[in-house]
Amino acid sequence: MEAAITVKDLKLRYKCLNRMSIKKSLLSIKKTKVETFEALRGVSFEIPKGEILGIVGKNGSGKSTLLKTLAGIFAPDEGSIDLHGYSISLLAIGVGFQKRLSGRENILLSGLLLGFTEEQIREKMDEIIKFAELGDFIDRPVKTYSSGMYSKLAFSITAVLNTDIMLIDEVLSVGDSKFKKKSFKKMQELIQDKNRTVVIVSHSTETLKKLCTSILWIHEGEVKMQGPTDEVLDIYEEFMS
Amino acid sequence: MIRRAISDVRRYWGYAVYSAKSDLKSEVANSHLNWLWWILDPLLFMLVYSFISIIVFGKSEQYFPIFVFIGLNSWNMFEKTVKGSVKLVSANRSIVSKVYLPKFILIISKMMVNGFKMLVAFSLVVIMMIMYRVPITIKILYVIPVFMILLLVSFAFSTILLHFGVFVEDLANVVTVLLKLVFYLSGIFYNIVKRVPAPYNNYLLKMNPMALIMNDLRNTMLYGADPHFKALALWAVLGIIISLVGMKIIYKYENSYVKVI
Repeated sequence: MEAAITVKDLKLRYKCLNRMSIKKSLLSIKKTKVETFEALRGVSFEIPKGEILGIVGKNGSGKSTLLKTLAGIFAPDEGSIDLHGYSISLLAIGVGFQKRLSGRENILLSGLLLGFTEEQIREKMDEIIKFAELGDFIDRPVKTYSSGMYSKLAFSITAVLNTDIMLIDEVLSVGDSKFKKKSFKKMQELIQDKNRTVVIVSHSTETLKKLCTSILWIHEGEVKMQGPTDEVLDIYEEFMS
Repeated sequence: MIRRAISDVRRYWGYAVYSAKSDLKSEVANSHLNWLWWILDPLLFMLVYSFISIIVFGKSEQYFPIFVFIGLNSWNMFEKTVKGSVKLVSANRSIVSKVYLPKFILIISKMMVNGFKMLVAFSLVVIMMIMYRVPITIKILYVIPVFMILLLVSFAFSTILLHFGVFVEDLANVVTVLLKLVFYLSGIFYNIVKRVPAPYNNYLLKMNPMALIMNDLRNTMLYGADPHFKALALWAVLGIIISLVGMKIIYKYENSYVKVI
């Protein structure tokens, strides 16, 4: 089986109190102690191509950190991530919208940020606008959007401009109930594409059971278990209750 | 690293251009007369400095309004870019925390915005040169390398400040004061060579890239004189070195920025 993501001994630390100020360092001679918090403590796993992996774990166990590290937003302090040349994107609410610009311009900006060319985006523009159901609002500044419209647009961008590897962080439900159904359907369609590798972080075991082919359980920054969906989720639910 | 930088520039050039364009567009969209301020702002300041210089101190130069205007326009470009870079990463928090972007691309995009505004303002310089019937010589072609050095030096200082701006909270305050000092030491509304006693005028001119750039822009555009080739070349080399060091630092630490802001 061809691997899409290989993670080896990944460690990531947050350094608290890292910001300093010249004023403070002039006033206090004694050095403030730098506290480090290790969010990931040596995580290793491999995801075969086409697999739908769900990540579970309690709050603060490092799931979102892991996702952001995979997306290349955080640099690992130790260890390595090999994406084998596949493109990757993190499906999160609002890939940095510029509030003063219109929805249409934001689609272009987000697409360019995700590494698409202008032609590719313009080709898919209509599809995105249609999917987002924003009507005339698409040419108004994003700051006039309601929060529902905001997340609908964000979802549509990443759903239509999709990459080989998709990372999804709890955004399976956006908008009203009609859009929720539609986005869930679209999500399933995207996920079930045999060529696409998907990583989903969610607290809802029900959703994960419906979508995933395997589960990775992270506990306090370490891999507790990886295996078939039902097997891992049963033990996980028992552990959490 | 250089290869990575080139491929990054190629990959994100479209983003930088589009982001700069939409930045300018949204500025104009907010009030239709906004672009007028890109010209009015330096124009009004030019009047203020001309008043202080001519009326209060009784010191003038040939083509004094254009003299001040060239200085102000190039200074604005430098100051806005450098000052903006200190808070650039936190100002783009929403982007930086959601997707990977080489952080120096933010500087390039910002420079496109400021560079465009400078171009608009310089169109007025051209109009004024025609009005004052400034004799134009072939030396005016030297403005091209001088402008390139202006861009290079702005970029160089910005890379360093972008990095430290993330970690040092009150760097912006310090930079504001320092820039004010450099502003007065750059000879925007006086002629450094004439008004500062020798040999200090020479030190001031050669050690402050902005003073040198302004002086040479005026020399070539207004007075048909040669620029200071050696000093300019030196600053070009220094600019490249500082840029490389800055880029290296940014590449090394950029993915830790998100953890701090």
